[in-house]
Amino acid sequence: MARLSPSSLAVAQEIISRYPVARSALIPLLHLAQEQDGHVTEEAMAHIAELVGVAPAEVMGTCSFYEMLKRAPVGEYMVNICNGISCHLLGSSELIHHAEATLGVKPGGTTDDGKITLEAVECIAACTEAPCLQVNYRYRNRVSITDFDRLVDDLRAGTAGVAPHGKLAMVRQHIGDDRRAGAAPPDGQGQPAWLARNPSDAEAGP
Amino acid sequence: MSDQETSVNITVNGQPVQAVPGEWVIAAAERAGVYIPRFCYHPRMSSVGMCRMCIVDIDTGRGPALQPSCMVAVSENMVVDTTSEQTRKAQDGVLEFLLLNHPLDCPVCDKGGECPLQDQTMAYGPGESRFVEEKRHFEKPIPVNSLVYLDRERCILCDRCTRFADEVAGDPLITFQDRGDQTQVNTFPDLPFSSYFSGNTVQICPVGALTAVPYRFKARPWDLTEVESTYPNPMGDRVVVQASRDQVLRYQGVDSDAVNWGWLTDKDRFAFEAGASDLRLKTPLVRGTPLGRFDPAGQELVEATWGQALSGAAEAIKAAVADKGPHSVAVLGGARLPNEDQYAWARLAKGVIGTDHVDAQLDDGLPAHAVIGLPRATVSRACAPGGTVVLLAPDPKEEQGTLYLRLRHAIVNDGVQLIELTPRATGLSHLAAFRLHHRPGEAAAVAAALMGGHIEAGPDGAIGGVAAVDVAAAAVAIADRSDKPITVVLGRPSLAESADFTVGAAAELSRFANLLSAGGRPGIAFLPALHRGNVFGALDMGLAPGLLPGRISLAEGGPALTESWGSVPAAPGVGARGILQAAAEGRIDVLILLGVDPLGDFPDRRLAEEALSGAGVIVASELFLNPSSARAHIVFPAAGFAERRGTHTNLEGRITAQRQVVTPPGTARADWAIAAELARRLGADFGFSSPEDVWDEIARVAPSHRGLSLEAIEAAGDGALVADSSIAFAPPEGITPVPAVDAYSLRLVAARRMYDRGTLVQHAPSLAGLAPGAVLALNPYDFDRVGVEPGAVVQVISSGGEVQAPVQADPGVPRGTAALGYNHPDLDVRDLVDPGTAVTDLRVQTR
Repeated sequence: MARLSPSSLAVAQEIISRYPVARSALIPLLHLAQEQDGHVTEEAMAHIAELVGVAPAEVMGTCSFYEMLKRAPVGEYMVNICNGISCHLLGSSELIHHAEATLGVKPGGTTDDGKITLEAVECIAACTEAPCLQVNYRYRNRVSITDFDRLVDDLRAGTAGVAPHGKLAMVRQHIGDDRRAGAAPPDGQGQPAWLARNPSDAEAGP
Repeated sequence: MSDQETSVNITVNGQPVQAVPGEWVIAAAERAGVYIPRFCYHPRMSSVGMCRMCIVDIDTGRGPALQPSCMVAVSENMVVDTTSEQTRKAQDGVLEFLLLNHPLDCPVCDKGGECPLQDQTMAYGPGESRFVEEKRHFEKPIPVNSLVYLDRERCILCDRCTRFADEVAGDPLITFQDRGDQTQVNTFPDLPFSSYFSGNTVQICPVGALTAVPYRFKARPWDLTEVESTYPNPMGDRVVVQASRDQVLRYQGVDSDAVNWGWLTDKDRFAFEAGASDLRLKTPLVRGTPLGRFDPAGQELVEATWGQALSGAAEAIKAAVADKGPHSVAVLGGARLPNEDQYAWARLAKGVIGTDHVDAQLDDGLPAHAVIGLPRATVSRACAPGGTVVLLAPDPKEEQGTLYLRLRHAIVNDGVQLIELTPRATGLSHLAAFRLHHRPGEAAAVAAALMGGHIEAGPDGAIGGVAAVDVAAAAVAIADRSDKPITVVLGRPSLAESADFTVGAAAELSRFANLLSAGGRPGIAFLPALHRGNVFGALDMGLAPGLLPGRISLAEGGPALTESWGSVPAAPGVGARGILQAAAEGRIDVLILLGVDPLGDFPDRRLAEEALSGAGVIVASELFLNPSSARAHIVFPAAGFAERRGTHTNLEGRITAQRQVVTPPGTARADWAIAAELARRLGADFGFSSPEDVWDEIARVAPSHRGLSLEAIEAAGDGALVADSSIAFAPPEGITPVPAVDAYSLRLVAARRMYDRGTLVQHAPSLAGLAPGAVLALNPYDFDRVGVEPGAVVQVISSGGEVQAPVQADPGVPRGTAALGYNHPDLDVRDLVDPGTAVTDLRVQTR
């Protein structure tokens, strides 16, 4: 696993074709690389740099800014337990302690089987559902210790219905040729091709 | 500037100031004598407002407010207060923040004593920090390349180095990473900051985060003595030369508006190491007995006194002239010497000895008439907004680093359109409006079509290998912009082909100069880009066959100069190739080499070899023993850059001063003194006792330099431009068209790279290892045709000989062409170049 595989490359090229300037595709391509390998490898960054025509250091500069783009291997499932104020008041610290004990790792660590990486995170904006956590950025609300144990069992068994780390959507978006703005930069193009498809939009437009 | 439309009235600290519209407040204030402290702002780069140090009170009619003066443009009636209590408090606070993570290791930091952070903390900062927590920690200096170390703990994240890499050099190989509370500057893992310009980041770093390996821990700023001088490269980059204990330790670029804008290439910046090399010649050497008596039959070079060496040389010259006449003496080289030294040698050769067999170039440049006979451009003209630059030269990134930076800036920021008329891609290709990459040897056909609009494509729909539609489009683009200056950068794009092709292309371009300059339009001018430091001074000082000092021909200037010199050569001589041929045939009794190495540098090595064997007595004036001077019979140790005073002429014809800061090693002398001393022993008294005396004579006798005083050069700031020339460009006649390249062959392009086998590079320890590996570069589509695999080591065969080299794919090389670096330490392209053919065709086969 290193550079983008032929199938990833085909997707990458489709993503690049959506943007008037290739480097705009940088972040979607980093997600694609993470989907392929579970994390963003240096080789993938170098490959992306080639694809969008920037220096590898610039790809690194962007990639390292985003916490969600992992540059070292993580488990198949990232379990992020919130430790914000609401969650803390409703027992997230106990939940974290329990997770440490059951999984045998500290926050930031990955279990020996490579399945689960535990992280303690700041507020994930679901305070009404505290204590909450995310599994590969999918929410689990009002998590009790029992819920957590069941979750771990499901994750290990592969029955939790959560895609492996890096996969952002179960369905990949495809933009048909008829919906594209075209190869030219958008300015001076007049009305985009897709706008006329919905008559009410076209009327509401400027 | 007092014009209403071109000025904006602002008030700075109560003083009325006239500013230029669009100017930043920080720049306007500085011109008015008010220095606003700053770290990230740099006048040659875009403003980013990273450091917040330049925050001052700015009132644009809504009351004073703190604003970063590097991000606010002047506006009418703006009131700026840099001394208000509010400003003072803001500066104090910014400095306290900047110092949160900055280690207080000034006593062991190289920047201490010349550190903007240190200075401004003293001037504007708080006396104490309230921060008691742990500072950020990073691994202490990490190399970002082999020349520059980065200490991330000291970095204040001003974005100067990263901005330089991206905006100025175009090598964005260092960036901010881990942005957040752990922001750091770094390279991509295992991909070093391999830029030719990395040393500039050290110079502009406002703290001690970036340090240059050759200078680290060598001196304290207050121990340095310094002079402002001109680095002897063709661009004439202005530098400050800093020395301590009689040793040059550092060059810093000086922001000269006309030339280098403060930038230097790493090759030039760190070449000072060569000056201090142990291998420098310190005493005269003669071939003879251990007592130093000159004996041409002697086997070994032994140390001698100056008297012995000079009289040995004088006797040899006298004997040669008496025996076979003055043209049995020849002078090669001198292109790296200051103007004064070149003039003294020219007068010795032409006025005293009477030989016109004098050539500063080694048949690897352009004929003198193509340099001083064509209308000359300046760098500023080439970079004028909206203009056109035609690149008919080798890659400026490899050979003329600071010119590359100026051109790059003009293309990116000032809308200059670049039209490449080169045999392969260059460092500017990705910015070029038109890339007319022609087949080697066929530039003239493309140039003719470009300027004349007569497009007669061959059966392949191409002219000289360039698609006719591209040439036509470029021709339209040139015509459309002909109300703005058109500048041709003119050099030798390849040493594997005859110079006639380039001169022929220049002739085609110049043919339309009158047409394009009609109706008050600026027309075409030429900016020659040749190799070797002061080659343009050498041509102006008459170190070329048929020329006399002051851009005048022997025939035209001879009578006038005879009055000052006593005599001039009776007949024109020949250039480097002719001299070496004559030597090979035994017609040269004394061959004088002025800092040149024909064995290493002359494009036809076999001829150079035969010439050195066939020459009677070889006299060399040199910094080092090189393969050629090691074969000399008499060697004078010469003083190098920073060891002597003089003047330098750059590619524009701009004359600037060079100054001395250290003493030459041993008994080495400046070349003007060697020439004068030799002349005295030949019965001619030049009356020179200083380089200033030599200059006075140049200003008296050289027509183009007449009346130009050293005071005027100094006073002009950016130097004085010499514009007059009475030399006429002579378009070459009857160039035989090159034959078509056959289906199995590739046509060779050989051009210099920045790091090569050159004397200075090889004697500077920090630079010697930087030459890239020798590779034969082919277009990716040619591998199948010639039947080799990328990466394979192949046998390269031409009519001149054969070599082995790995092949690599390079899309910048057009199909049918192959590219090799000239003067590479490992691979000698001259083994392939056949002097009998105008272009070099080669075949490759697997071993």
